[in-house]
Amino acid sequence: MRELSLHILDIAQNSIEAGAANIEIVISEDESSDVLTILIADDGRGIPAEILESIADPFVTSRKTRRVGLGIPLFREAARMAGGDLKIRSRVGEGTEITADFRLSSIDRAPLGDMAETMALLIVCNPDVNFKYQHTRGHAKFVCSTNTLVEILGDIPIGSPSAVPVIRSVIREGLKDVQVS
Amino acid sequence: MVDVNMGFMTELMGKSWEVSQVKTVEELERIRKQAQAMTRLREGGETTKIVVGMGTCGIAAGARETLSAIMDELARRNIQDVIVTQTGCIGLCEQEPIITVVMPGTEKVAYGKVSMEKARKIVASHVVNGQVVGEWVIPTG
Repeated sequence: MRELSLHILDIAQNSIEAGAANIEIVISEDESSDVLTILIADDGRGIPAEILESIADPFVTSRKTRRVGLGIPLFREAARMAGGDLKIRSRVGEGTEITADFRLSSIDRAPLGDMAETMALLIVCNPDVNFKYQHTRGHAKFVCSTNTLVEILGDIPIGSPSAVPVIRSVIREGLKDVQVS
Repeated sequence: MVDVNMGFMTELMGKSWEVSQVKTVEELERIRKQAQAMTRLREGGETTKIVVGMGTCGIAAGARETLSAIMDELARRNIQDVIVTQTGCIGLCEQEPIITVVMPGTEKVAYGKVSMEKARKIVASHVVNGQVVGEWVIPTG
């Protein structure tokens, strides 16, 4: 995948399929330590310990249609290519937390890509899930959530196609303020 | 959930509200009604549904852009009664991005390799006018 924001969309789909009511996406860019961290946390059904051990193996998946799962292995590869790695913490009945880190300056690091698009689509297509997105860069911080966006949208329902451009521009402007390019 | 740095949003939307403030009963009621209306819409069997394949294979093949185009076309035409949902891998990765149109009273139709342009055409032709775009239909099991 060409953008980290596509990996995030992919991993968040797992959270949705796991029945999460809350999904939190936290991105932090720290130039002083040259680290980009992406965290995706949910309160879905969690991953049993025996599967967790082999989850980054592309030949392990919970899916029935095909016997390989590529989402997490691909994301892990993207992190390793850029001098980082991926970690998963999960507990059945509590949720799952995936953290990937990257060397910010690595020339093999995929660009973050269009986070506004990823978030707008996730939020609008899953109005029953409460999303929270936090993006920090140095000391600057942008936060938004399904709840705050419902307020901004006023009479436009959060699950309506007309909500997409509004949410997209709110996030684009917000990220501009923290100077995410 | 609300440790929010919202200055920019308040400015952007020309609204003045305190995030930390407790919501009024009217506000809560409005949000609840919106949510209910959406839930009814999503649960009702009588609406047209567009299902977009958003597994790893779909996303890698460009499903995010396909989904954006569908949402944009629906918003542009002010169509509110069509439900757009996601599904995972259906085992036809080479055909991704795949979208399936399910209309009440008809067989579901799956389309393969749906670019943004194709997605817009499918919304206009199939979803709005009921005309299946035969050349892009793919067989599903």
